[in-house]
Amino acid sequence: MIEGILQYEFLRNSFITGMIIGVIAPLLGVFIVVRRLSLIADALSHVTLAGIAANLLLSKQFAFFAGISPLYMGTVFSVAGALFIEKLRSVYKHFQELAIPIILSGGVGLGVIFISLADGFNTDLFGYLFGSVSAVGRTDLYLIILISIVVIMVVFALYKELFILSFDEEHARASGLHVKSIHFVFIVLVALVIAASMRIVGILLVSSLMTLPVAASIRIAKGFKQTIILSIIFGEVSVLGGLTFSYYLDLAPGGTIVMIAVLILILTMAVKKFSFQKAG
Amino acid sequence: MSSNYSIIEIERLYYRYDREYVLEDINFFQPEGSFLALVGPNGSGKSTLLKLILGLLRPQSGEISIFGEKISQFKNWEWIGFVSQKANSFNTGFPATVQEVVASGLTKKLGLFKRMGKKDWQRVKETIDAVGLGEFYHRNIGELSGGQQQRVFIARALVSKPKLLILDEPTVGVDAKNIRDFYSMLDDLNRNHGITLLLVTHDMEGVSDKVTHVACLNKKMIFHGKMEEFNKLKADESSHLYGYSLPILSHKHHLEGAEK
Ligand SMILES: Nc1ncnc2c1ncn2[C@@H]1O[C@H](COP(=O)(O)OP(=O)(O)OP(=O)(O)O)[C@@H](O)[C@H]1O
Ligand SMILES: [Mg+2]
Repeated sequence: MIEGILQYEFLRNSFITGMIIGVIAPLLGVFIVVRRLSLIADALSHVTLAGIAANLLLSKQFAFFAGISPLYMGTVFSVAGALFIEKLRSVYKHFQELAIPIILSGGVGLGVIFISLADGFNTDLFGYLFGSVSAVGRTDLYLIILISIVVIMVVFALYKELFILSFDEEHARASGLHVKSIHFVFIVLVALVIAASMRIVGILLVSSLMTLPVAASIRIAKGFKQTIILSIIFGEVSVLGGLTFSYYLDLAPGGTIVMIAVLILILTMAVKKFSFQKAG
Repeated sequence: MSSNYSIIEIERLYYRYDREYVLEDINFFQPEGSFLALVGPNGSGKSTLLKLILGLLRPQSGEISIFGEKISQFKNWEWIGFVSQKANSFNTGFPATVQEVVASGLTKKLGLFKRMGKKDWQRVKETIDAVGLGEFYHRNIGELSGGQQQRVFIARALVSKPKLLILDEPTVGVDAKNIRDFYSMLDDLNRNHGITLLLVTHDMEGVSDKVTHVACLNKKMIFHGKMEEFNKLKADESSHLYGYSLPILSHKHHLEGAEK
């Protein structure tokens, strides 16, 4: 596989992307999980699908859109979806989780319409749904690198604000923090990470890469920092392991990545149980 | 001990969540350096009043000033420490250590983009030791008892060295011995560190020898004044501290407000 990576640019791109999303997806995933917002990731990934379908449709009509990667349009939709979720959450103050099914079904509905207008499924779309090792082009890679730099820098800069917001929103408000803006920045970051991860793991499984490594690490970690570090390690192992398997066995990478993440989760559950039995 | 300068001043405040007012015509002030107990029956609006003081809610009418500034202009929120009544109803599965939770009390003081320095961590450690949780530094907060969790939140409120500490029924779920220790700690903070305290409590007995001022709330401010006056009144009236039906008291309160 090493030769393959050295020889083929597409493989190289995929592995670099994999290494990047193995970091940023679980990094934001920790905040998503502890704030019980896991479904938002799902909703946004479906909106991203609508964006990609829109681009496929547009590229049939206008040469301009055929020239650019659908990922850009996906990113735009994802961020727009994030803003819309915020709007809905403030409208339905007492039923904030309503925003999620609204956005999710809206995204799927729009996506399906665009797809049927664009004369149905093609293999490209299949890659977007389930991920692909051969899909990351050079311009995709640039966008993904840019997104990851932004995400990591913002999380680093706003770490303590994001922590306080996740742990105790009322305390954050009482401390005079501008909770709304911080949350807003956060949700846009989530949208960006989903767009960046989609190429490799696929739309249907993006949210798993954000939540499964966290679910595993939360069981054994002490404290928040450790939870983040372990989540990133688990995410990285899942992505690189999954890509390797999918390369040799010719499987969709999204599936193998997620299955490895599930395996890690089961292992941590077993380890925890075992260590309890030993102690007790 | 308390000076004439009022850290909190409230004038003709009205507040309602929905249609009905839960606070009506509230006039209130708290002198610097005082230790004030805010009492009243369940649902009388105590927590609501605190939320208004903390800027978590906006009044429909009336004025609130803190540290001499209109609340809308006030910026130095790190001067105020707050322990909410709901503090220990957090998600106990949350993966954060005692150290991390207490450190989050420094967020505003440090300011945007600033990170914790060595001194800040030192301060966090001191505060955790001061509330007697030194051995649980790296324990996940969900793995502590209710009373210990409560002390974590008190440490979080104290870590930024606030000038005003607001506590909403902080002793719920704390055992009798720890309650006494806790009151002594508050007394020490008030007397020896000059921290102004605003304490919502149902345990007037327990704090009566510590507090300097009392406010009785039941939708309206029924009594508001010094502890001595409160004692005198209590002796005069056969009614006890929740004194629902004492319009005379609220009248007296207005006179006092006017004198000031
Ligand atoms: N978020 C809310 N929405 C609507 N009404 C509320 C809300 N919070 C409180 N109330 C109402 O406002 C009134 C005052 O509530 P508050 O929580 O201030 O009382 P309290 O004095 O703190 O009571 P307790 O001693 O039980 O803590 C109550 O009648 C309550 O039902
Ligand atoms: Mg209350």
